Amino acid sequence: MSFRTDRQRAVGLGAAKSGPEHHWHMITSSIALLILIPLFVLSFGNALGGTYEEVLATYSRPYPSIIAGLTLVVGLIHFKNGAQVLIEDYVGGLKRKFTIIAVNMMSYTLIAAGLFGLVKLAL
Amino acid sequence: MADVNRGNRPLSPFMIGTYYRPQMTSMSSILVRITGNALIVATFMIVWWLVAAAVSPECFATADAFLRSWFGDLVFFFSTWALWYHLGGGLRHLAWDFGYCLNVETSEKLGWAMLIGATVLTFLTMIVT
Repeated sequence: MSFRTDRQRAVGLGAAKSGPEHHWHMITSSIALLILIPLFVLSFGNALGGTYEEVLATYSRPYPSIIAGLTLVVGLIHFKNGAQVLIEDYVGGLKRKFTIIAVNMMSYTLIAAGLFGLVKLAL
Repeated sequence: MADVNRGNRPLSPFMIGTYYRPQMTSMSSILVRITGNALIVATFMIVWWLVAAAVSPECFATADAFLRSWFGDLVFFFSTWALWYHLGGGLRHLAWDFGYCLNVETSEKLGWAMLIGATVLTFLTMIVT
């Protein structure tokens, strides 16, 4: 028997059981991306089109490399959380769980691959 | 009291179809979701390009040729538009989150601003980069 009142069980975390945490993550990552995206578009846009040697030279400098790394990490976490809401809206049950897990795996794999490339180019 | 009617309630119809008139607010919101998720295609291409550059000149040549082909150009053109549109949608959503611009007329105007702003910024991006 539970002595907690109905109100006490409902207060704080809501139907999602994690409260507004997911929404807060979307807010923080979107504000970070407001800054990162214009910087990344300019630096990547200028790097694309160069020769192999030029691309190597660009990404061995700290600025383009750090901007690209931050954009990939923050952008893909933002994607992972956003795509999760899309899945929750249209997919149900066990399928929902596996689709969300698949999106998580894909997002982190892309982060790891992108960072591997950037680190190897910088060294 | 137990919920005796669980799972057997009338549901509101799906947002796309004959039930709802397409409106600036709903359509601009749907487009934010589509553009955001579609950006994964360009992300795959950029990660492939970076890893290829790190691996070998031959790998880089393959990836670079794909990214700079007419197909790659097309994907990047639409992705640039999607990126600026999604960024505009994010700005509108941040304003909403903080309690501003919540009335319908302002939201509709901001929808138009997102469409026009994304188009202008896309052409600016094409010129600058």
